[in-house]
Amino acid sequence: MPDTMLFAMEAALNGLTAGVMYALVALGFVLIFKASGIFNFAQGVMALFAALTLVGLQSGQIPFAHLINAVFGTRVHHFGFTLPTLVAIAGTVVVMVAFAWLVERFIFRHLVNQEPIILFMATIGLAYFLEGLGDIMWGAEVKRLDVGIPQGMSGAVDELTFAWFGYGFYIDTLELWAALIAGILVISLVLFSQYTKQGRALRAVADDHQAALSVGISLRFIWVLVWSLAGIVALVAGMMWGAKSGVQFSLSLIALKALPVLILGGFTSIPGAIVGGLIIGVGEKLFDFFMQPIVGGATENWFAYMLALVFLLFRPQGLFGEKIIERV
Amino acid sequence: MIYREAGDFKTTYAADNQTFPIKGDRFAYYLVLAFALGVMPFIINDYWANAIVIPFLIYTIAALGLNILIGYCGQLSLGTGAFMATGAYASFKFMTGFPELNIVIVVILSGFVTAGVGVAFGLPSLRIKGFYLAVATLAAQFFLIWLFTRAGWFYNYSPTGMITAPTRTVFGYAVTGPRASAVSMYLFCLFFLIAVAWLARNLTRGTLGRKWMAIRDMDIAAEIIGVNPLMAKLSAFAVSSFFIGIAGALLFAVYLGAVEAGEAFGIDKSFLVLFMVIIGGLGSILGSFLGAFFLIVGPVLLKLLLVNQLGWSSDLAAHFEIMIIGALIVVFLILEPHGLTALWRTIKDKLRLWPFPH
Repeated sequence: MPDTMLFAMEAALNGLTAGVMYALVALGFVLIFKASGIFNFAQGVMALFAALTLVGLQSGQIPFAHLINAVFGTRVHHFGFTLPTLVAIAGTVVVMVAFAWLVERFIFRHLVNQEPIILFMATIGLAYFLEGLGDIMWGAEVKRLDVGIPQGMSGAVDELTFAWFGYGFYIDTLELWAALIAGILVISLVLFSQYTKQGRALRAVADDHQAALSVGISLRFIWVLVWSLAGIVALVAGMMWGAKSGVQFSLSLIALKALPVLILGGFTSIPGAIVGGLIIGVGEKLFDFFMQPIVGGATENWFAYMLALVFLLFRPQGLFGEKIIERV
Repeated sequence: MIYREAGDFKTTYAADNQTFPIKGDRFAYYLVLAFALGVMPFIINDYWANAIVIPFLIYTIAALGLNILIGYCGQLSLGTGAFMATGAYASFKFMTGFPELNIVIVVILSGFVTAGVGVAFGLPSLRIKGFYLAVATLAAQFFLIWLFTRAGWFYNYSPTGMITAPTRTVFGYAVTGPRASAVSMYLFCLFFLIAVAWLARNLTRGTLGRKWMAIRDMDIAAEIIGVNPLMAKLSAFAVSSFFIGIAGALLFAVYLGAVEAGEAFGIDKSFLVLFMVIIGGLGSILGSFLGAFFLIVGPVLLKLLLVNQLGWSSDLAAHFEIMIIGALIVVFLILEPHGLTALWRTIKDKLRLWPFPH
């Protein structure tokens, strides 16, 4: 087998694991969009905020330490103890649920019946607010996140592929774990929405707001629920990205990468988000691999958007989205 | 008492159709114009010019451009940063390629180049709308910035990858480059702002503007009553990009002097201009002015307060600033979705009845 072919396959595999990450972020978008018609731009910043909170709790940082120091002239920074990872994760989930409640109570309750575009812009404002809040609460420096997932080259994949092709593929163990965790997350989300009472209510709201209201489903509760779920998905995404490349501002930019994923998959489809994420992940790695000698590197910055743009021209509703019907 | 339309009789159609039909408005407008042209050049100093006045003028031009696209034509765009970059790089290429070309012509030509690019990236708007279009314009944002930082031709193969504005003069006064004085830069930008605002005002109340608004309010219905969506949408993209390109050229040539595309024209610039348009008021010329003023002056005041008065570190102040801007956006959308212009309109309505509201 020619070497280029093998390298391309390795790039594609790496793209697949990167695609899982995109799919994770896109999943959070889809959850909120289905239940409330809000296109949540803050999803990426939520991932950042969740990861920051997790690191902060783990290392026992005092929230708002910088602010307290600046206002009162003190020099506090740490409580002096560290929390085990599982406790920190539980604490972060509590914070994200509280955040979901606050968002519903103070922002979106007042914006019911507004145009989608206004809601979208409100989430951009929310993203900015949360970004500033995260920095003030936990500090802006790059943090290392260690949740106990093994990192480095996966020996098993290396040996297996070496035995098959005579060339060992480089795959990070962390990314295999990420794929596994993402899979578990998606399956549990599907089970939740299919087999629990709240899950059914959630699907009812997604289907028709008014009909759901008329059979006695509390819209407010459902909104808090989906924002909490999106917060938890954001936490998982933030954990994975944070463990891979450190918790820093660039993490919130993956939200922008999730947009073309959504376009490909359709705004309302959970399988679409996953398939779209994988397509974008593999596509951009392969494109970069083959085009690098011709146009130079870093095509990953724009390839996903261009792919989405071309795709939109032929199928505006995405792969799995509902057909858009317009009437005057 | 002062602000009143009673007794202000119009006897000709021309008088009835003028830009500011109410005498008080007209008077205020001339006053502002006289202040900007007659007083400001004499009192402006380097600090105020660089911190507030020149960025305000330039960003107002960009906000006017974006407001035409989003506020008047209803097409959401997140590619403003890239279109400004297009203007900046076009002006750089014109300035270095044709050194004898007058800088005014260079800026206008850059606007036309950007208009062309804007139309190209506006083509998808014929088939897609809303969020989908926003993503399509994001493609413009990332692709163009990538192009400008990768392709050496755009920055004349300079080793740093930056573009630097050479000195150019208008009537013998330097307006770009290191020798330019605050006054000449101010007047140069002001000239463009007045021209652009005049153009925007008259375009939006004419046939073209009405077509845009029809498309914004309901595109299918507009098509049925005979508005050509192709022409309406693409002309909105063209005019909007033209203004944004001028703003980008001015930002690069006059204000910054040397830029690197990824740093100066990133996605945050797109959002900044978008926020100006939202806070100022969608679909309002005055709103673009107010929004730009608010978002240029606000951070400066906040920084003065936090860093100089309270002695906070500047990075803490910067984080606080983003937080406040974000909160303001949300508060504005909840309390006054139509922006600062709506507040101004309310004030005017009250003023009409003042001091006898009953």
